[in-house]
Amino acid sequence: MQHEQPTGPLSAKIDLRRLITRLVAVVVGMFFFGFALVPLYDLFCDVTGLNGKTNSTAFIPATELVDTSRNVTVQFVATNNEGMPWEFRPEIFKLSVHPGEEIETTFFARNPQRMTMVAQAIPSVSPGRAAAYFHKTECFCFNQQLLEAGGTVDMPLRFIVDRDLPTSVNTITLSYTLFDVTADQPEQVLSAASVSMASYVNTVTP
Amino acid sequence: MGDHGPAKGFGRWLYTTNHKDIGTMYLWFSFAMFLMGGVFALVIRAELFQPGLQLVEPEFFNQMTTMHGLVMVFGAVMPAFVGLANWLIPMMIGAPDMALPRMNNWSFWILPFAFAMLTSTLFMEGGGPNFGWTFYAPLSTTYAPPSVTYFIFAVHIMGASSIMGSINIIATILNMRAPGMTLMKMPLFVWTWLITAYLLIAVMPVLAGCVTMMLMDIHFGTSFFSAAGGGDPVLFQHVFWFFGHPEVYIMILPAFGIVSAIIPTFARKPLFGYASMVYATASIAFLSFIVWAHHMFTVGMPIAGELFFMYATMLIAVPTGVKVFNWVTTMFRGSMTFETPMLFAIAFVILFSIGGFSGLMLAIAPADFQYHDTYFVVAHFHYVLVPGAIFSIMAAVYYWLPKWCGNMYDERLGKAHFWLSFIGLNVTFFPMHFVGLAGMPRRIPDYALQFADFNQIASMGAFLFGFSQVFFLFIVIKTIRGGAQATDEVWESPEGLEWTVASPAPYHTFTTPPAVK
Repeated sequence: MQHEQPTGPLSAKIDLRRLITRLVAVVVGMFFFGFALVPLYDLFCDVTGLNGKTNSTAFIPATELVDTSRNVTVQFVATNNEGMPWEFRPEIFKLSVHPGEEIETTFFARNPQRMTMVAQAIPSVSPGRAAAYFHKTECFCFNQQLLEAGGTVDMPLRFIVDRDLPTSVNTITLSYTLFDVTADQPEQVLSAASVSMASYVNTVTP
Repeated sequence: MGDHGPAKGFGRWLYTTNHKDIGTMYLWFSFAMFLMGGVFALVIRAELFQPGLQLVEPEFFNQMTTMHGLVMVFGAVMPAFVGLANWLIPMMIGAPDMALPRMNNWSFWILPFAFAMLTSTLFMEGGGPNFGWTFYAPLSTTYAPPSVTYFIFAVHIMGASSIMGSINIIATILNMRAPGMTLMKMPLFVWTWLITAYLLIAVMPVLAGCVTMMLMDIHFGTSFFSAAGGGDPVLFQHVFWFFGHPEVYIMILPAFGIVSAIIPTFARKPLFGYASMVYATASIAFLSFIVWAHHMFTVGMPIAGELFFMYATMLIAVPTGVKVFNWVTTMFRGSMTFETPMLFAIAFVILFSIGGFSGLMLAIAPADFQYHDTYFVVAHFHYVLVPGAIFSIMAAVYYWLPKWCGNMYDERLGKAHFWLSFIGLNVTFFPMHFVGLAGMPRRIPDYALQFADFNQIASMGAFLFGFSQVFFLFIVIKTIRGGAQATDEVWESPEGLEWTVASPAPYHTFTTPPAVK
């Protein structure tokens, strides 16, 4: 411990510069640590499966084995974020599925406004520990959804409940919150949409 | 050269690099902020005197709760401790001044600008910050008034000021001690400030990062805290409380140091367990980094997280208990007298312990679901901050003011101020425990009828406490202008180098380092 040595003000000069450099380095480091918390947080949630976050790109199933001995209830919830005017609901509210089985369902959306709007759906799975066992092979939440004034769309969702789902979980709730992201779109996306609406929707929503 | 005094006029204060001048400015500034934050608090208490909306609009009420918190935390408590550090640390370790005197000047002088910016938002269109002092996103981003950008830059400046102050304090303590002053001979106020300064340089940059992310979300289209863009509002709370929890120890550790200086003097016994005090302080500082999520038990954490943060939080009671035990043991069988600083210090030990115990109740995760965001929380943190941080600062002012200005304060007036404050604060904050347990939520301008009685009592206590502080201002000014001449020792054989210099302390002290045995 170099600082154990008592130092008078006269002998302090050299030590001081090094000390201050180090302290400033701590300050700069901690500033960036604050930003590093963002990816660390996502990583932590990924590793532990916390926060109910599901996969954000299509899942490719390894096997097609279906566990027909077991039934799991999957519930669907659709919510509009505050201020979002779209009509948004699941076609079916509740399904009974076998783990390993690939299921397809759709969500309905309608834009009642007099302008083209773009929406983003954010999924969340409850209970959180089931999130890692809920695989989406296709989801409208992977892309943004564009709807012209008065337009409607049936948005597909395909998923597999993992066969390794803990036996204590009998019901999984998949919730979507729909956000209005029209304001974040470049102008040409919105104007191009009004020209070739039908084809655009087809490319955005597989 | 040796006895050249301060310059004349306003230039003395603007250009000064003298640690005593800068300490004085910090203390006056923090007192002004204390009164301003107090006025905001009285607006809150006046509105809550009875149910229904009487005096202010709910929007303005929200600005008052927010500004009261921000001004008291960043404007009153923190600068007051930095002011005390400036005045006392060089005198306690036998140094002629702070290690970086010009930066010292700057770290003070940016503060008035930060608070001018913050306060000016109250007069802007859309009003000032109204999202609570914890400024949770998206309330402070998507739904914030336009003035939020001023708030963000004000926080940046306050942070810069604190960081510079801390670097200065660390550099002073590690490099400027008189020969023979080893680390384990340092007064506890110096020790607690050294540890506080490390906490500050570790977490103030995280706060700066946090408000920078807000700034980017608001103006540059990022989505750190916006779920629509893939961010997460709960992340905000993690980042904020990673700063926020060490912050609460930043506001209490220097208080521990002050009380550890005052109690031995008036008990006429050396402090019991000096080394354990140092280690307890360091343990509290370490633990403060791993308990942040106890502020957010209700966000939906997994059970493992709840348990970890619950037990880690309860662990803090151990070093804190060591401290309270040491203070009580120091007083045990001492020849105690009860001058004003001692009264404040004893009240600190008792009332801070009450705040600590309600903190333990809040630490119990399952119970916290009931207490969360109720007045019980308000009662808890006011019990640790008002008779904790604020009382320790007042104790310090009464204890060292005779050294600073050379005059004794009027003991009768000092005691009157103590008792008015003591009664006022208990009448204000104790009933809040009851309304909180009964379910009254915090940060609301109106409430259900059954809470009316306790709220009325609390409001009366608040006005008593508030006006007692104007009385405090009067006592301090009266002491500075005159009064009995203080001796160099001031008290009966107090410990510490600061009592070996003349009263009032000369403009320059320890230009040659003293010898420490």
